[in-house]
Amino acid sequence: MAEMDTSGGGGHHKKGPGVKKGKKLSTRVDLTPMVDLGFLLITFFIFTTTMSQPTAMKLILPKDTEKPEEQNKVKESGALSLLLGKNNGVYYYEGTLLPDGSNFKSTNYKEIRNVIIDKKKRTKPDDFVVVIKPGPDATYKNTVDILDEMTINEVKRYAMVDLFPIERQMMVATEGGGPMPAVPAAAPAAAPAAGQ
Amino acid sequence: MPKVKLPRKSTAVDMTAMCDVAFLLLSFFILTTKFKPAEALAVTTPKSVSTNPAEQKNVVLITMDSKGKVYFSVSDDAMEEKQTIIDEVNQQKALNLSDAEKKSFMRSGSYIGVPFSQMKSFLSMTPDQWSKLDKPGIPIDSANNELQVWMRAANSAFQGSKMNLLIKGDNEAKYPSFKGVIDALKRNDMFKFQMITDPEGAPPGTALYERLNGPTQPAAKQ
Repeated sequence: MAEMDTSGGGGHHKKGPGVKKGKKLSTRVDLTPMVDLGFLLITFFIFTTTMSQPTAMKLILPKDTEKPEEQNKVKESGALSLLLGKNNGVYYYEGTLLPDGSNFKSTNYKEIRNVIIDKKKRTKPDDFVVVIKPGPDATYKNTVDILDEMTINEVKRYAMVDLFPIERQMMVATEGGGPMPAVPAAAPAAAPAAGQ
Repeated sequence: MPKVKLPRKSTAVDMTAMCDVAFLLLSFFILTTKFKPAEALAVTTPKSVSTNPAEQKNVVLITMDSKGKVYFSVSDDAMEEKQTIIDEVNQQKALNLSDAEKKSFMRSGSYIGVPFSQMKSFLSMTPDQWSKLDKPGIPIDSANNELQVWMRAANSAFQGSKMNLLIKGDNEAKYPSFKGVIDALKRNDMFKFQMITDPEGAPPGTALYERLNGPTQPAAKQ
């Protein structure tokens, strides 16, 4: 490669005067190493790059307000409360929680869609509100999944609220974390979902 | 008996076609993909049906890792704002940061993952030490919500320019840390934010699916 032909005169000194044509070389090149290189690069690019752009989910929070007259009132008939528990458990009830807890039902993230669709069908669109109450053991994924469920089912009005102590007790009891607590009869009256 | 002579076939295969395929695939991957940004914090984001891509510029990012620890970072294109934020927090909390320590926050891919009490020693470390360090995260309890201070600083630094507030949470992060983050935002009157998720198709048979893929008659009417 770095050598230079310094022989001066013609380059055909090795050949006889009658031999002008060199040996006909094949134009075929062995492409195996090139294929190797190609696939090596493909592998490299597959491992080092990302295909999908991350997407972003918008969430707009309402302003916290202490004044009861500024708080949104929810019709009891149109409210569906979803409680997110541990181990991907979801609990729900419609309207207010009954003192005996008989309308407190448990489900999972696959079934919850049917619950929402079902409730949406039975309710006037203006009255339908979903109240999302993630518990302390719910994961971020659970929260995003439920918010996503709102988008999927086109729920226009939903709110994220903290659990009431009574609901938390019910959840713990259902999850088998402790004995069933005595439910004070006055508790559901404190629920703001009982507005007119 | 005459022997049947099979002509000896060459084992060499023509590689041209395979070479073509390889380079076609290569060019496809080069053109359609993007390099993974170096991520100091490993986070697996949940999936959502949202389709709008996450913003890349002027980003203020709050990260929640799988243990629910919270980190704060600013994208690299907003250098001036980054400087303003660290200056303001330094002044407000009397952290006595040196210029070198502030530089440490300015460098690419930096993040804050410690309470103010450990800021000085955290910023004097190298990124290698950061990744090895067992970071406590920014406190977000309701009594001591330090993220609130960071968000206030970010809010005032981005005055006049659009700030893209992103939250990137791990699947396993518990809700209380998300609530702590929301509280920090609410206390600064920041009500709009976006959560980074991985794309996912709308499930068939739902209202969203029908709207996206359903009959197009309503459009034809107009």
